[in-house]
Amino acid sequence: MTSANAPLLPKLIGERVKRREDPRLIRGLATYVDDLKLPGMLHLAFRRADIAHGVIRRIDVSAAAAMEGVELALTGAELAEHLGPMPIGTPFPAPDHYSVAVDRVRYVGEPVAVVAAADRYLARDAADAIEVEYDELPAVVDPEAAMADGSATLHEGFARNVAVGGYQGGTGVNAETAQAEDDSAMDAAFAEADVVISQCMLNQRLAPNAMEPRGVVARYEAGSDYLTIWSATQNPHILRTLAAGMLGLGEHQVRAIAPEVGGGFGCKINIYGEEYAAAALSRLTGAPVKWIEDRTEAFLATTHGRDILGDVEIAAKRDGTILALRAQLLADIGAYEVLLTALIPTLTGMMMNGVYRIPVVRHELTEVFTNKTPTDAYRGAGRPEGLYFVERAVDMLARELDMDPAELRRRNFIPAAEFPFPTQSGLVYDSGDYEAALDTALAAADWESLKAERDAARAEGRIVGVGMAFYVEVCGLGPSSVVPTGGWEHSGVTIERGGKVTATTGASPHGQGNETTFAQMLADHFSVPIGDIAILHGDTGVVKQGIGTFGSRSQAVGGAALMLAAGRAGDKMKRFAAALMADHEASPDDLVFESGRIQVAGAPEVSRSFAEVADFAYVPVPLPAGLEPGLSEEAFFEPENNTYPFGCHISMVEIDRDTGEPRLLRLIAVDDCGNVINPLIVEGQVHGGLAQGIGQAMFEEVVYDEDGQPLTASFMDYVMPRAADLPAFELERTVTPTPVNPLGAKGVGEAGTIGSSPCVVNAAVDALAPFGVRHVDMPLRPERLWRLIHDRDQNGGQP
Amino acid sequence: MSETVPITVRVNGRERTAAVAPRLLLVHFLRESLNLTGTHVGCDTSQCGACTVLLDGRSVKSCTVFAVQADGEEVQTIEGLAAGDDLHPLQDGFWEEHGLQCGYCTPGMIMSALNLLRENPSPDDARIREGISGNICRCTGYQHIVNAIRNAAERMAPA
Ligand code: FES
Ligand code: FES
Repeated sequence: MTSANAPLLPKLIGERVKRREDPRLIRGLATYVDDLKLPGMLHLAFRRADIAHGVIRRIDVSAAAAMEGVELALTGAELAEHLGPMPIGTPFPAPDHYSVAVDRVRYVGEPVAVVAAADRYLARDAADAIEVEYDELPAVVDPEAAMADGSATLHEGFARNVAVGGYQGGTGVNAETAQAEDDSAMDAAFAEADVVISQCMLNQRLAPNAMEPRGVVARYEAGSDYLTIWSATQNPHILRTLAAGMLGLGEHQVRAIAPEVGGGFGCKINIYGEEYAAAALSRLTGAPVKWIEDRTEAFLATTHGRDILGDVEIAAKRDGTILALRAQLLADIGAYEVLLTALIPTLTGMMMNGVYRIPVVRHELTEVFTNKTPTDAYRGAGRPEGLYFVERAVDMLARELDMDPAELRRRNFIPAAEFPFPTQSGLVYDSGDYEAALDTALAAADWESLKAERDAARAEGRIVGVGMAFYVEVCGLGPSSVVPTGGWEHSGVTIERGGKVTATTGASPHGQGNETTFAQMLADHFSVPIGDIAILHGDTGVVKQGIGTFGSRSQAVGGAALMLAAGRAGDKMKRFAAALMADHEASPDDLVFESGRIQVAGAPEVSRSFAEVADFAYVPVPLPAGLEPGLSEEAFFEPENNTYPFGCHISMVEIDRDTGEPRLLRLIAVDDCGNVINPLIVEGQVHGGLAQGIGQAMFEEVVYDEDGQPLTASFMDYVMPRAADLPAFELERTVTPTPVNPLGAKGVGEAGTIGSSPCVVNAAVDALAPFGVRHVDMPLRPERLWRLIHDRDQNGGQP
Repeated sequence: MSETVPITVRVNGRERTAAVAPRLLLVHFLRESLNLTGTHVGCDTSQCGACTVLLDGRSVKSCTVFAVQADGEEVQTIEGLAAGDDLHPLQDGFWEEHGLQCGYCTPGMIMSALNLLRENPSPDDARIREGISGNICRCTGYQHIVNAIRNAAERMAPA
């Protein structure tokens, strides 16, 4: 019974532990939704609108229905008899939106009919055989023109295509009505200003492009009135709730499963019409059905991100003190509001304080419908847009004042001593040390030499610039008061017979590595080998409750729930152990977990093995007083606040004078996400975020023509970064723990995305400054840059 | 749709015969007919590389090859890479260096890297980045993938 020779288990939190999810993935043995096969399964295909706006004059599915192997073909009107309008998750008014359009189409790619057939090739053939005729309506494409007199409108009851109109926040605004009541501070700040910077900028529309397209398998069992739905989703519990509502079932009649999911980036939060349609068609046909999106459908029918125009003004003193910032925001949300559509741009408005102690900040937000794919969350979801506007404007101010951009930022930072810091928009930043992050970044980049290098390159005639951006973001969402679905997370921890541990989490990772980080935490908590721990997720039949993975919340909220449940299970286990060690009069409070044993602190000779205590808990003879048998506990964690990670990114960009092609030479990223469980995984998250932010800055843009036809509907026309487009990133971290959860972890999933876009654009503008350029919109298209260089050259603007 | 063509393909060392529709894509033959679902589909336009397999030792995008074109040929997929429980050095490299997150691009990425290392057993980082430029990863930013391939190249180098 002594542990004298037992090897001590190393602590794992903070270590670069290799991921436990990898073996199945690197061997090709993981099960994504398209890998599922059920007996008798049918395949769905959707016929989609090929015009942007029109009334369905005639639709005929009879030819499709008559094809051999076709089980069912339904128009939107027919499906609407079984499925009502889809729910959304925001409090804003929204027009009706059906899974399959009933009488009118509002964007290219909107489904108009659905077929179920014996295989996917047949289903596609049948969808193609459906006949549809439209009376075309004028397409609404430009968000400003959408609000003009005489513009066509998309939805009855939404005059001038306005979904959310004149929604204000910040200084002098009544938070209840979202309307300004007092302009005096704003007026005074602008009156006092020595300098005013004003710029209109577009944060362009992007396609999230998870490499796995969406997909769903639905099986409705009529005998038991039970729906099982597998979906490539970030949040199976939300899917369960909404699918149950749409099908007229209770949550007890629905099991939602997110199998292996090939990336989400926000676009797999929304619950889509295809998911509801699959469930309905399984019920109607009596067979399991599968639908797998192809890439072109993903460009058309999976939500887009961003697409906000920001008109930003900064008022400042000549010494660089920022007095006020105001912004007019216009979001082009596409044709409908889906789950979080209308909410995302409000986050942009909330972030307009950036990392600065700006005393007067206000935004006014308008959201308009256009004949485009609906928008929703995309990595960062509203925060990258806000920080882009702030960081571009601050950079312009530095240039205007001829100040070093690092110095200007330092002068305006919220000081470390002032946290928690209430912003003008009503957020409370939890913790921060922005100067430390700046100093770390300046040292890592060797800022002064970097600038000297730029100057030397310029002297050789090269077009080179350096740029910097700072960010803060809202993560770890969040208190239930701010998250429409509820902001808590749930976890269960069971210590099994034999001493193995099974934990469940309502977080639903799809690449974030929580099977590893959560196991690291439990291994340390119980002092057992990591191989003895299973982390289960993504199945509402296994995980009792949950919200899901988005907004960089799985560690900060899901991890905190896990540790609450682990604490409860561990406490109970110690009581069983104390009963077993009654001879030694051990009190549960004196017991500790150590390397597979439970022992008296400071007296390791008094101990029992973890497995022995676990076995006793399930056959407790005699049952210790006051205890129930078993070791299975659960917990909900409700955070008291969001978390606010931050960081500083620095980059160097060169632009080819002859072709206009930009090249990112260096990117230095300092990120502070609080305490870190696994640095290897955190680095991976930052790398991936950087690539997406750089993608927005340099390459990516969803483009529509004037008829609302998408010009970017495949990987041939929508450019994402490839390996050779990117440099090796240089990462550093500072650590400022958050006080809002016991782990001190803030979340890191979105960080890299937010800082990198403005950082790269700031560097590009620095490169182009000698040509008189103040601003250039993303993406940094070679053609756009070439014109800026050569138009100036012709005008004698050559440096 | 009733017309089928008989084909014989050696897949991961095992001979498979089947009667397939002429328009059946190789990737669907592997995934649907043979249940080898490690090869993924990420696009319809041979841009993403998620479907990369080796056809007679050379990497191809199996979404752009008909199954009938593989008749009489040898196909290697991700499932055929490990020898029993012994991972291939590229698999070890990806695991060791955290070369994957969601894992969806990974099989194709590994098969492309295999092709690269056969042509150039000790590529520098620029060559590695070039060599996997037919494959898109949306999760990793590629840096850990580059590390993974370098790691594998070192393991595979003759001692
Ligand atoms: S699926 Fe074959 S290249 Fe994308
Ligand atoms: S790991 Fe997700 S796409 Fe590469």
